[in-house]
Amino acid sequence: MDPHLALQLIIQGILLGGIYGLIALGLSLIFGVMGVINFAHGQMMVMAMYVSYWLFILLSLDPYLSLVGAAAAVFVLGYLIQATVVNRILDYPEAMQVLPLVAMGLILENMALLFWGPDHRSPQTALSLQTLWVGPVMIDVSRLIAFVLAIAITILIFIFLKKTNIGKCIRAAADNRTGAILVGIDVDRIYNTSFALGAATTGAAGVLLLPLMPLSPHMGHDFTLTAFIVVILGGMGNLIGALVGGLILGLAESVATLFLPATLKQVVSFSLLVVIMLFRPQGLFGGKK
Amino acid sequence: MTRRHVFFAAVLLVLLALPLFLDKYALGIFVMIFFYAYVGQSWNVLTGYTGHISLGHALYIGIGAYATTFLAQTFGITPWIGMLVGGIAAVLIALFLGFLGFRFGIRGVYFVIMTIAFAEITRLIVSHVEALGSFSGIFVDFNPSFWNFQFRGNLPYYYISLGFMLASLVAVHLIEISKLGRFMVAIREDEEAAQALGVDTFRCNMFAIAISAFMTSLAGAFYANYIYYLHPNSLFGMALSIELILRPIVGGLGTLFGPVIGSFILTPLSEISRAYFSKGGLEGLHLILYGILAILVVLFMPKGIIVYVKRALHPILGTTNAE
Amino acid sequence: MSILSANQLTKSFGGLMAVGSLSFELNEGEILGLIGPNGAGKTTVFNCLSGFLPPDEGEVFLEGQSLAGLPPFQICRRGLARTFQIVKPFLTISVLDNVMVGALTREKSTAQAQTAAGEIIEFMGLARVARQEAQGLPLPLRKRLELARALATQPKVLLLDEVMAGLNPTEVDELIGLIQEVNRRGVSILLIEHVMRGVMALSQRVIVINYGLKIAEGAPAEVVKDQGVIEAYLGKEFLIAQG
Ligand SMILES: Nc1ncnc2c1ncn2[C@@H]1O[C@H](COP(=O)(O)OP(=O)(O)OP(=O)(O)O)[C@@H](O)[C@H]1O
Ligand SMILES: [Mg+2]
Repeated sequence: MDPHLALQLIIQGILLGGIYGLIALGLSLIFGVMGVINFAHGQMMVMAMYVSYWLFILLSLDPYLSLVGAAAAVFVLGYLIQATVVNRILDYPEAMQVLPLVAMGLILENMALLFWGPDHRSPQTALSLQTLWVGPVMIDVSRLIAFVLAIAITILIFIFLKKTNIGKCIRAAADNRTGAILVGIDVDRIYNTSFALGAATTGAAGVLLLPLMPLSPHMGHDFTLTAFIVVILGGMGNLIGALVGGLILGLAESVATLFLPATLKQVVSFSLLVVIMLFRPQGLFGGKK
Repeated sequence: MTRRHVFFAAVLLVLLALPLFLDKYALGIFVMIFFYAYVGQSWNVLTGYTGHISLGHALYIGIGAYATTFLAQTFGITPWIGMLVGGIAAVLIALFLGFLGFRFGIRGVYFVIMTIAFAEITRLIVSHVEALGSFSGIFVDFNPSFWNFQFRGNLPYYYISLGFMLASLVAVHLIEISKLGRFMVAIREDEEAAQALGVDTFRCNMFAIAISAFMTSLAGAFYANYIYYLHPNSLFGMALSIELILRPIVGGLGTLFGPVIGSFILTPLSEISRAYFSKGGLEGLHLILYGILAILVVLFMPKGIIVYVKRALHPILGTTNAE
Repeated sequence: MSILSANQLTKSFGGLMAVGSLSFELNEGEILGLIGPNGAGKTTVFNCLSGFLPPDEGEVFLEGQSLAGLPPFQICRRGLARTFQIVKPFLTISVLDNVMVGALTREKSTAQAQTAAGEIIEFMGLARVARQEAQGLPLPLRKRLELARALATQPKVLLLDEVMAGLNPTEVDELIGLIQEVNRRGVSILLIEHVMRGVMALSQRVIVINYGLKIAEGAPAEVVKDQGVIEAYLGKEFLIAQG
């Protein structure tokens, strides 16, 4: 085995893993606060990617600049989804919570198809083909930037949850819904905000991915599943777990390409998922089941 | 004979006679209605009656389709036997999935995700098997004959798919009134309570998933010899898994006629929109409509449209016993 | 003759010992009360007896045979049925169908199960609501349904977890009568109950546990006079204040 190639794959995997972590952070946040699994997560991410893509095509705005705008758009989308649908199903049996969100994913996916067509699109941004050599290892610049920004956003979310008032309310509502209502927190609004924040996070991650892979309306599923795997790896509702789970999965998928065709790397992640569910359903970092 | 019997006999007669008045295109729509009613019913056994949500049921369709076609094209085995082999393969995989899920207490969302994982793993593996056409799929040879399960025109498919649907209704009705069926519903409502009452829930769950997988895989055999083209993404993919659950949800989960009613409502919608909208670049619109409908149903009529249908038919059918 | 016996049952959750080395015997034909303050570990005892939780240590014997390692459904088939403190009706099916699930573990055909279930429903005073969906029932009837379903499995030993909680005095008295009748028909009963009126009227003997430990055992009238028991229920301060 070529050690340079291995090193390269490890680094690429870690870099991609940071973005996986950010995608999953949103899912984990939504689960941690409301106990709902967002089966439309990847599809929301794809929405943000298209918004960013649009801004790039129409206004030549670089994705890194439209990141905030795209995330904001998905924030609003998430807020609306929570307010109109998810808040009504919180007390449903777990099984019946799955279906509306699956349907929501279907709607978003096909809206993307309707608006932007089935073609794969790869915006050629200023940095999309640039690479960097660190010793013998080649790194895509956009991948590196994506990683750094993903970690930065993750840290920002942590600070937001710890320090700001809304963040504290979110944590209170996550901890104890009834208690939060009793101390006068408008829990419905906090829920809307949490879902929106989870959506915006995944949206931001999507924009970071934009220079790295071709965009198509049907790619949402894959990322919903990726986010599931990461979150189950790290422990449902555990935010640090999401980050670490993301790194592990990124690494595993990347290293797997040493032994398997790249198109089979997901077999590794799915098998990892099944094994984790069987032997450590609470995830690697405890967390609530 | 009660009024119900008369009513059902009348409906049956209408369905049997209908092809006299339909052109090829309309026949095709009915084939799809029956097909999705049948698949929805198969899924209903596991999810509607037993309460374990599967979002990976395309897996069994794919296995049925690929097994039948592979056996027919490689060994010349008639699909009538091939589909039983596919059914057995589907049952074995389902039992493996069920064993992991039910033995290790993987429930709720975790179970859902595991069903997806199994379907995805299979999709990816099939995509890499040369003998199964890898990424590009398989074109099914067309040699029409009863023996080959292939026919010219839609008329034979109409009656075959109708037969599938009716058989599934009879089968699920028999399950409903059996011991197993009652235990399945008990598990759906409260698995612990069922155990406390002496129900071997593991065994019942395994039966439910096996029956459901077997029925679903037969639909795959039908699909292969109706569409004549197998592609791993469209046969094992999540899109099909989602598509096939929408009809029973809209019609009424865990009810005998829910999947049928759902299919009569949704399938024409999709065929019409496919025919009209996709020409105007509105591809996917019908799935948006489905999605919205499914959400509305879950939010505002979680028992499904069947409730309203029953109410509307009440004057004809008289009192109905509970579903 | 003891029909059910627990030998040194112990169960902890993390650091919390819910049941500590508890032993007791339920005699054939007896009604034995199991009481103790909230969180004392009573329900946990039931979970260990009925196979829902594996005890950390200790063993349970039904008619002299060990139940170790048996799943709940097999324990039920051997003749030990339980109810749940938080009732678990099958919500979307009728009361009759609910009870039939229990009956089907004994009866060969659904027709026989239906007859058997019908009789139990009649006996439990649920005939009027037999065809209704369980989700329409108010709590007192849900408690009865819980009991009816357990009876339908034709148990030799019945574990009742607070079946009288939330009932008014008339309803409690009716239920006392029914439980006595069940007992007369040969079912031995272990009864968790906070409603003292029920405990006193029904139990021949009472076991009191607190923090998972047995603190008293004996005839109900004596046990309630026991210093330790009163302390456990009311707290030390109360006793001191009373002088
Ligand atoms: N599955 C569990 N996991 C963790 N702790 C548990 C579990 N079940 C019970 N406990 C704890 O064990 C202790 C005993 O609980 P248990 O339900 O047996 O009490 P109980 O006597 O039935 O109380 P009550 O009268 O309120 O019903 C309590 O402190 C409870 O919080
Ligand atoms: Mg209790």
